Amino acid sequence: MNALGFELTVALRFLREGRMQTALIIGGAAIGVAVIFFITAVLTGVQGDLIKRVTGAQPHIVIKPPEEIVAPLIAGSADGSRLASIQARPQRLTTIDGWPALARNTEMTDGVVAVAPVATGSALGIKGEASRSVVIVGTDLERYLRVVRLDEKVKSGALLLETGDALIGIELAKDLGAVLGDRFRVQSALGNSEVFRIRALLDLGSRELNRRYVYTDLRAAQSLLGIPGRITNLDVAVNDIMRAEIVSAQLRAQSGQLIESWIQTNNQVFAAIKNQDIMTLLIRFFITVVVALGIASVLVVSVVQKRKEIGILRAIGATRRQMLGVFLLQGGIVGVGGALLGSVLGMMLVSLFSRILRNAEGQALFSLSFDFRLIAYVVVGAAVLGLMAAVLPARNAARLDPAQAIRG
Amino acid sequence: MNANGKTPLVEIRGLHKTYNEGLPNAEEVLHGIDLVIQPGEFTALIGPSGSGKSTLLNILGLLESASGGSYRLGGRDVTAFGDDERTLARHEVLGFIFQFHHLLPAFSAAENIMLPGLIGRSRAVVQSDLRERAMELLDAVGLREACDKKPTELSGGMQQRVAIARALVHGPQLVLADEPTGNLDTHTSDSIFELLRRFNRDFGTALLIVTHDPRLAARCDRIVELVDGRIADDRANQRSS
Repeated sequence: MNALGFELTVALRFLREGRMQTALIIGGAAIGVAVIFFITAVLTGVQGDLIKRVTGAQPHIVIKPPEEIVAPLIAGSADGSRLASIQARPQRLTTIDGWPALARNTEMTDGVVAVAPVATGSALGIKGEASRSVVIVGTDLERYLRVVRLDEKVKSGALLLETGDALIGIELAKDLGAVLGDRFRVQSALGNSEVFRIRALLDLGSRELNRRYVYTDLRAAQSLLGIPGRITNLDVAVNDIMRAEIVSAQLRAQSGQLIESWIQTNNQVFAAIKNQDIMTLLIRFFITVVVALGIASVLVVSVVQKRKEIGILRAIGATRRQMLGVFLLQGGIVGVGGALLGSVLGMMLVSLFSRILRNAEGQALFSLSFDFRLIAYVVVGAAVLGLMAAVLPARNAARLDPAQAIRG
Repeated sequence: MNANGKTPLVEIRGLHKTYNEGLPNAEEVLHGIDLVIQPGEFTALIGPSGSGKSTLLNILGLLESASGGSYRLGGRDVTAFGDDERTLARHEVLGFIFQFHHLLPAFSAAENIMLPGLIGRSRAVVQSDLRERAMELLDAVGLREACDKKPTELSGGMQQRVAIARALVHGPQLVLADEPTGNLDTHTSDSIFELLRRFNRDFGTALLIVTHDPRLAARCDRIVELVDGRIADDRANQRSS
């Protein structure tokens, strides 16, 4: 019993002595931790699924050239007459000037992990009798993969974009009656046309995208769209998708380009996610409070029960500080014990419900990942919580007057 | 220093104790006590209930502080000691034996005896020595066999023997015993007394025993009688064993 030191030895003995109380409060803390663990996993899964669904093949941030606006020639004359209406002009395909420099600057911005140049515009996909309107996305595949994980969306075929290669949505292939390896023609509004070989079929997460998207190499798209050497947007990936808007604001301040984050384009989804976050934060907070109150109340009772023993220990030379330590440690031990047990319980819950809760495609909504960082975080947090919950009872124990305590 | 050149172990002068000082229900229980105890003395403190024996014992044991007067323990003035200093002094100089044994039920007999050493681990003996010392003492009180038993598995007399061993483990100069045989039968009571006597002889530990039992008091070297918060009688006992 010696190696642990006085405070820890006595704390452990006291906990062991109050078997039932200790078991109950560790159980209570464990259930609290398990629930926190579980809702965190579910929330992460559900939100991840939602974001994936919503953003699909979208980059986190798109940098576009500024919109062309109509500048009225008459700004309002001296007699007060005004133009009755200003007609917005149809937007031509515009390009970003000096994009290599802009891409470099963007890449160096805080929070940005990757930038890819894109030339995109609409065209017609033609195979035999069938023709469909398509969106051409010409890019440098190697750079683009770091922005949008097309590799996760490959249904069949190989992810390759050499000259004359194309990756197309599965629905488009169906519409054109094409299979992997087939060739089809793409014709732009300018009349330029080029033939591509289908290298891979992609499932981009939504029907609309699947029936329109054609990925080609940058040069082919540029020549089709009649903008050789130029691009129409820079697609950007950030490290924290929830902070895309903050990064956007920074980019906006740096350049005169039009900058759109996925959060802007999917405003309502983002608001829903934020509300969910706040709700779960509240739930977690209140569970934490309940657990802390539970630990505190058990220790308050324990101090009363152990008055005499505290008195004896004080009489034979234990200092106030040592008694404080004994009860603080009990709180900490109960917290850590509850957290470890709760983590196991939480993982069991997650593993059970990952079999029950599924998304629209029938895939598990969340997966059981042994996130040791989360466990370490929960254990440390619970230890601190236990210590804090024990402060009041421990101070009661330290303040006990030994003469009175012994008298009974 | 006193007449025979020794520093007294305990030297109390004009000690007062008032409970609820400054309140309407204030009550003075000790009215100016003078008491000197020499190292190795074996003293009985007797007196009727309410005479202030327990209060005096608590003050001597640094569990309570006096309202007035001075207290020197082992040559040091401890009158104005703060809580930490008193705790340290209790640990270094004093041992306690209570009427109701007061062992910690969560610890075995041997562990109860080791507790004082564990508390002062920085200044005390190495742990293995501590265990050895506890076993020696258990031997001395005739309970080596019971070393790993919990207090609840021991009889009242056995528990009190363990408590005595605990009071002695760190070699205190003064052991304060509050009715150490109070709730034991005559036979057990005798053997406990014998044990205290033996430790007093063998280790030179001074003992102050509060007792109601005149038979017991009659076997101490010195009898101090407290009546109504004053020392009514203080005599050497010729018939002591």
